[in-house]
Amino acid sequence: MSRILHSTEGRLALITIVVFVLMAALSPERFLSPQNLTSMAFQFPEFAILALAVAVAMLTGGIDLSVVGAANLSAVVAALFMANVVGADGGAGMVALAFVMALCVGLVAGLFNGVLVATLGLPPILATLGSGLIFTGFAIAMTGGSAVMGLPSAAAWIGNGTILWIPVPLVVFALLAAALGWLMSRTSFGLKTRMFGANPLAARYAAMDTGAVLIKLYALCGMLSAVAGFIVMSRANSAKADYGSSYLLLAVLIAVLGGVNPYGGYGRIIGVVLAVLSMQFLSSGLNLLGVTNFAREMIWGALLIAVMLINTLAKRRTS
Amino acid sequence: MTDTSAPLVTLEGVTKRYAAITALSEVDLTIRAGEAVCLAGENGSGKSTLIKVLVGVERPSAGRILFDGVPQTRLTPTAATRAGMQVIFQDFSLFPNLSVAENIAMTAERATGARLVHRRRARERAREVLDRIGVDLDLDARVERLPVAHKQLVAICRALAADARLIIMDEPTTALTEREVARLLDLIRRLKADGVAVLFVSHKLAEVLEVCEHVVVLRNGEKVADGPAETFDAASLTRAMTGRDVAETPPEPLDPSASDLLKVENLTKDGAFRDVSLTLRAGEVLGVAGLLGSGRTSLAKALFGLATPDSGRVTLDGTDVPLGDPIAAAGAGIGYVPEDRLTEGLFLEQSIARNIAVGRLEAHASGGVLNLRDLWEEAAEWLKRLSVKAPDPQAPVRSLSGGNQQRVVLARWMARQPRVLILNGPSVGVDVGSKAEIHAIISDLAARGLGVIVISDDLPELLGTCHRILVMKAGVITDEVAGGEGITEDDLSHRLAS
Amino acid sequence: MKSFDWARNEVLVFGVIVAFCVLAAVSDPNFLSIPTLIDLMRNGIVLGILAVAAMVVLVSGGIDVSFTAVAAFAMYTTTVILRDVAPDLPWPVAFAVATAIGAALGAINGVLIAVFGLPTLIVTLGTLSVFRGFLLTFVGTVQISNLPSGMRDFSRLMMIRGTNSDGSFYSLPWAFAFLVALVILTWFILNRTMLGRSIYAIGGAPESARRIGIDVTKTQMFIYIYVGALAGLAGIIHASTARIANPFDLVGLELSVIAAVVLGGARLTGGVGTLTGTLLGVALIVLVRNSLIVIGIPSTWQSVTIGALILLGTGLPAWQAKRAEARAA
Repeated sequence: MSRILHSTEGRLALITIVVFVLMAALSPERFLSPQNLTSMAFQFPEFAILALAVAVAMLTGGIDLSVVGAANLSAVVAALFMANVVGADGGAGMVALAFVMALCVGLVAGLFNGVLVATLGLPPILATLGSGLIFTGFAIAMTGGSAVMGLPSAAAWIGNGTILWIPVPLVVFALLAAALGWLMSRTSFGLKTRMFGANPLAARYAAMDTGAVLIKLYALCGMLSAVAGFIVMSRANSAKADYGSSYLLLAVLIAVLGGVNPYGGYGRIIGVVLAVLSMQFLSSGLNLLGVTNFAREMIWGALLIAVMLINTLAKRRTS
Repeated sequence: MTDTSAPLVTLEGVTKRYAAITALSEVDLTIRAGEAVCLAGENGSGKSTLIKVLVGVERPSAGRILFDGVPQTRLTPTAATRAGMQVIFQDFSLFPNLSVAENIAMTAERATGARLVHRRRARERAREVLDRIGVDLDLDARVERLPVAHKQLVAICRALAADARLIIMDEPTTALTEREVARLLDLIRRLKADGVAVLFVSHKLAEVLEVCEHVVVLRNGEKVADGPAETFDAASLTRAMTGRDVAETPPEPLDPSASDLLKVENLTKDGAFRDVSLTLRAGEVLGVAGLLGSGRTSLAKALFGLATPDSGRVTLDGTDVPLGDPIAAAGAGIGYVPEDRLTEGLFLEQSIARNIAVGRLEAHASGGVLNLRDLWEEAAEWLKRLSVKAPDPQAPVRSLSGGNQQRVVLARWMARQPRVLILNGPSVGVDVGSKAEIHAIISDLAARGLGVIVISDDLPELLGTCHRILVMKAGVITDEVAGGEGITEDDLSHRLAS
Repeated sequence: MKSFDWARNEVLVFGVIVAFCVLAAVSDPNFLSIPTLIDLMRNGIVLGILAVAAMVVLVSGGIDVSFTAVAAFAMYTTTVILRDVAPDLPWPVAFAVATAIGAALGAINGVLIAVFGLPTLIVTLGTLSVFRGFLLTFVGTVQISNLPSGMRDFSRLMMIRGTNSDGSFYSLPWAFAFLVALVILTWFILNRTMLGRSIYAIGGAPESARRIGIDVTKTQMFIYIYVGALAGLAGIIHASTARIANPFDLVGLELSVIAAVVLGGARLTGGVGTLTGTLLGVALIVLVRNSLIVIGIPSTWQSVTIGALILLGTGLPAWQAKRAEARAA
């Protein structure tokens, strides 16, 4: 038991379970109802994927503040293509093409960040703050600031469909989380990312291709953002430059809550997944208890600070 | 100052225990006004604990501290400062973003308790201190733009401005060139004449012996030697610090038929080094002797691609090595063990295994997927080969001693099987026992046909390990001497400094 | 090479502002006029106060993103208190209440950062949610357009009034004097008090500051309380001059404010930042937000422009630093 509590992920798993049990106990028939469970499974993947992107950037000691901007820009491009070129009766093939387009936009956005950080040497906070505004700005300029509607019905599947009764967004998130977890722990790219985050200078002196690692990593963040953007678009059945503007904060919050060290070098994908789950259980449960969105935001913030405090105090005690 | 007056500082039987570890054990020490004392000891001998106790950061577990003969029962940092104890840390603890005047005056101004900034008074204070030690610095310059020696002067001035009676200098000469050390010694003499006492704390003290009255040597927290400075020389000091004489392992004589391996032609980098040409043969250990600022580190970095030279050529086995690209240099077979192990060499919180494997992750991966078992096994193999006493390759590298950490960096490069290995300050911050073992590794590498370049300001180290030594001064190679018995340390030191 | 440091952010930003104005003057000769200037000044009041606050934090080596939530919280709560308890109190009381509320919220940040040593970005992200969530849950979500009389009185205090050639009015509220006063006060604290120098010292080298006996905890407490107080004041000024208290206002502005400060040359790593630079940064952001159309760029491109300016303004020095480092190695 004490060993579990010694690791950030262990504490987090415990918190997740406690939150789940607590919510189930407070309103058993509603919290555990199939409707609630499925609606939770539809809700969280979009910001959870953004949280994965932020967490991955944090592993290098950087941050990606442009994830929401990149998500919306990708979604807007895909939506414009579907609404104006494909039309409302487009088939799955066209939607797939739009998805690839969104991924490409995310890739370009991520490469742009990567070049700013790796080649030009901008601090990641500023680089992605600026590029986030630019991505959002392009999305505004392309749409005049209004929502893009008239998407083919096939586009709704990725956000609202199910595979074997499992919501598609959840499947997408689970696959991405598993793939990222594997990428970060089992591949040389993942290990390089962590080593770079732990000590960028030593990485350079060890003849690591640090520039390439950073560029690839931000490109990955951009593509993850594009997937999230596409899911948001599919669920809303439209794309808009300022959708999900509260998601940035939420994504950073989840990454930190998940035990990712904002200074780089440490973090595990499983922690981010647990953080997402505990957040979602908490917010759904509170929702069922009649707590407003605003109170939820407050509780999230308080939770973040509480976890940081516990982690810090635990560290102080051990050292 | 007469000896009948109470000494400025007296430590009586000072002991400091942390849980099970005894960092200081019954240490006595006396410092009189106007006196310079050397406190010598290896890393981990208890020197820094002694400083902390002296300035009130740590409370001794037993023993007494007296200032001017008055016992200090509850010594706090503030009380120590008020009594005139000032530490000049190795990093100087200055404010890089503030001006020289502000840095010098800040401590003293704070001590007046003033809430407002008195710019004129602060400037006058700074000017006064600079005049007192006879140095001219631009009061408005930002400290981050000053050279190291000037930063040290600012730190000394700051201590003096705060009415220092004892200046404790932590490793004061590491970052200075010989000429700057000489200037520092002049300054110390002047301070002593002024009645200020100085405590040098270092593991490399031979160069300050001449201004000291008194030498105290610590080993494993105990005082092992104590006496007038005249009775010590570099060798006896080392012996006292380590408790043994160090046997050097000179390299096997170079095979006369050995082929040329690395050729550097007219390498020039503006402001760092000029027109450097050298040839390194297979199996040869080539020393580069140079003081800080001589361009030795810039040259090493340029050879490894960490800095881009303006002109010149580097070839390995006749093939050009692309300049300014560490990945290409490593790919061509050049390795570099950096000077500052902690910031440049190691990923401290990461495991030993990862620290070793990071140099050649591709070799442990197929299609980008790591074979973790392979990676651990190889790391364990290296630990055994280099006789690193590590409990577990999975332990963070931070848990190792300096000497073992250095061996981890060496293992990282040796695993890549380089043709040429450049070692910058291979035994900086390493205890004397490990130092000899690292030297043995160097000569073993050479015996297996590698070309090794050792860059150092530790002359006995160069003399003991190198076939040939190049002398570098102000960015230019000025001299070449044979290693081993060919030349004495004094002779080499003169060639370096003249 | 030591002559004039043309890449200093202040100089760069000033150059961009001048270029902007020249372009604007070419396309619209009326641009260079008193009304435009006054418009710019009026629009810069709240942003300016917030930017001054954000700069103090950046100089100390921290970053605060919660100040907009503090401003909204202080502004709305004060309005509600006044409305429900004492609607006839004069505006200085309202301002004092808002400032005190802001300071109290700032103190919460201060405790978490200074006492517990949590990273500033994460703490203030958290308190941003907490303050905003608390405000919207427990204080209210309905905007108040019928402001208490004191705040209404303040909104009528004008420093300058005038009529344009086309008959429309322009005016500069006395709120601008608050910006000027706060700039002077902050300048005095930062440059003329030991406390201010300690803030620079902490930002430049926190460990050194501790070693020479600067009370880092106390100084950081001051910083976050001061920032909270400024934010509270900015909030109440915002509501008073806009003549409406909307609890959803202000939050979302934090990155623009930080952008203005960074454009003005403050370093994220701490220790460096000037009020001149900050005000120039604010001026540029306000210009872009309000007058982009004048130089022929549609206002839908506002975000892109600000983003590009941030990248240029921070990228150029970063790129130079990187090259200098490569050269020095």
